[in-house]
Amino acid sequence: MDTFTQIVIAAISSGTPLLFAALGGILIERSGIIQLGAEGIMLLGAVISCMTFIHTGSLPLALLAVAGISIALGLVHAFLTVTLRANQTVSGLAMTLFGTGLSAYLGKSVAGTPIPGSVPKLDLSFLDGVPFLGDVFGHLNVLTWFSFALVVILHLFIHRTSWGLHLRAIGDNPATADVMGIRVQTLRYGYVIVGTILIGLAGADMLLAYSPTWTEGMTAGRGWIAVALIIFARWNPVRALLCAYFFGAMDTIGFKIQLIGSEIPSYFLKMIPYIVTILVLMYLGWRSRNKLSGTPQSLGLPYIREQRF
Amino acid sequence: MSKTQAAALPLEPAEAPRRKRFSYRIEIDPSGTRNPWWIAPLSILLALVLCGIFIAANGMNPVTVYAKMIKGAFGSSFGITETLVKAIPLLLCGIGVAIAYRISVWNIGAEGQFLVGAVAATAVTIWFPNLPIYGTIPLMIVFAIAAGGIWGLLTAIPRTYFQVNELVTSLMLNYVAILLLDYFVFGPWKDPKGFNFPGTPMFNDAQTLPVLGDTRLHLGLVFALVAVVLYGLLVKYTKWGYELRLIGANPEAAKNAGIPIQRHILLVMLISGGLAGLAGMAEVSGVSHRLMYGISPGYGYTAIIVAWLAKLSPAWLVVSAVLFGGLIVGGYSVQTIGLPSSISNMIQGAILFFLIAGGMFGKFRLRRNA
Repeated sequence: MDTFTQIVIAAISSGTPLLFAALGGILIERSGIIQLGAEGIMLLGAVISCMTFIHTGSLPLALLAVAGISIALGLVHAFLTVTLRANQTVSGLAMTLFGTGLSAYLGKSVAGTPIPGSVPKLDLSFLDGVPFLGDVFGHLNVLTWFSFALVVILHLFIHRTSWGLHLRAIGDNPATADVMGIRVQTLRYGYVIVGTILIGLAGADMLLAYSPTWTEGMTAGRGWIAVALIIFARWNPVRALLCAYFFGAMDTIGFKIQLIGSEIPSYFLKMIPYIVTILVLMYLGWRSRNKLSGTPQSLGLPYIREQRF
Repeated sequence: MSKTQAAALPLEPAEAPRRKRFSYRIEIDPSGTRNPWWIAPLSILLALVLCGIFIAANGMNPVTVYAKMIKGAFGSSFGITETLVKAIPLLLCGIGVAIAYRISVWNIGAEGQFLVGAVAATAVTIWFPNLPIYGTIPLMIVFAIAAGGIWGLLTAIPRTYFQVNELVTSLMLNYVAILLLDYFVFGPWKDPKGFNFPGTPMFNDAQTLPVLGDTRLHLGLVFALVAVVLYGLLVKYTKWGYELRLIGANPEAAKNAGIPIQRHILLVMLISGGLAGLAGMAEVSGVSHRLMYGISPGYGYTAIIVAWLAKLSPAWLVVSAVLFGGLIVGGYSVQTIGLPSSISNMIQGAILFFLIAGGMFGKFRLRRNA
């Protein structure tokens, strides 16, 4: 296997959690709610999947448990931001703090214990002979395939169905959507919850497929990189896939430089993804200074029927 | 309208649709400018109840745990001075966060600014090891404030000139700062006599802040109190403070009044970062006496809640900094009964949840649909 193939494989495996989280965030933000709790939700998703997997030994149960906790967190965020119209930024920050603390607290008992198994891979032995694709696809697990499917589904959903039209409408102009008979509040609840499940799944994928033991704060800011990814991807699922793998590659290239024995200390190589995030955001901001960035127009504004802010 | 009244109105057509009996709507309360005073204590109480459920689920008695935390933080003179020691960085970072939030700039980078401040202060001890105390301490302060301020500008410049959300940048920079600190304490500045301990050599007497008696309470307390008084005075009585309040209240109006918002953002982030940097200097020079791995238990993040709980008011900043200082010390004290200190992070997050939920009571009112 050549270096390029290795980097592609590693980029996909480290990009998949980012992709899940970004897709979840896109759904939530398209509906007009800012979601900054990704870091905390991912940590909780990771720790819950780890605990369930270790105690029951069943992967589906682990994923179900993640869905369960994500629904609870999504309900909290939706209740605070949609029903109580609380500040969406602070609600997300609170979720990150709470998730970081709670996951460290819960994870104390399973810290360092390896999980009893791995995510199964699809049987693609017929591809073995194909030089590049065989290696790449042979390494993908079920969750990664699911993330591919999800990109396609969400892309079609958002841009090709009437439900997607409603989703975009409540994110851009909830008042008009309301007049058209779309249930803004109910839909926002729904999208926040579904999106939170995807973000929780990102944490589970991080733990189950990327680094299979729980350590405190293991996401190391990936939740926030996912938040930045949503902006890079301009709230578009297909672009989210490309951006997530780009960041996965950034992650991987740091390791690779270290492996070939470079003089640069590893600490600086680990800074690459964060610094690249800031630089890319600055570039995008500069380029789109005079045009629309694709931000849902009512993002962050609570909607109250018959009233203007 | 009640049923009997409806029956008494003869003009109403019989087939008029029945009104829903309990139909309410939420609307902005134009008169609601401040929250009832009981929101903050109630939020804390509810947060403790919520976290108590998790503690109980883990097989511990929450009452015992909380009693242990309170006793650890406020139950002895040692506990109280430790709480105050923790309150110093929280107060300094909290003022910084509060100033930024005054003009709706979300500085969640106080953690990183704190860390680079600590690194810069340590740089002074490494580069100029033999200066006398009246030379070293001021130089450390200047270095730390400059480093924190630059770190703050790194967030402010993308925000003002490139429309980059400051939340994302300031958080990314926190991770960069952690890695930078790790590089120094594991790499070039590592104490050769430290038995592989990830830290710099201990500071000498000229590089440490004076302490009160034989406690660990150091001069940083004075820095923090001076800063909070200055913050109060500046915001309340100066033109600059007035402009900050105007931008915070109505950015559109401020812009039309010709207030240079961009310049304010840069200045505010410079100050905000500088204060967090000063907190970092006070921590290495006053408490740990060396730069070491994991020097902050998340002061920068806790400072956000400190500022939010205090609603940016200077006096309440002091109160909430002491309260959260106590929470951190209490978190350490439950480690003796086998609980992780992260329990205090969990409580902090929960407090914030209830605070923002409660914060909405003052802003909106419930109206019966007519």
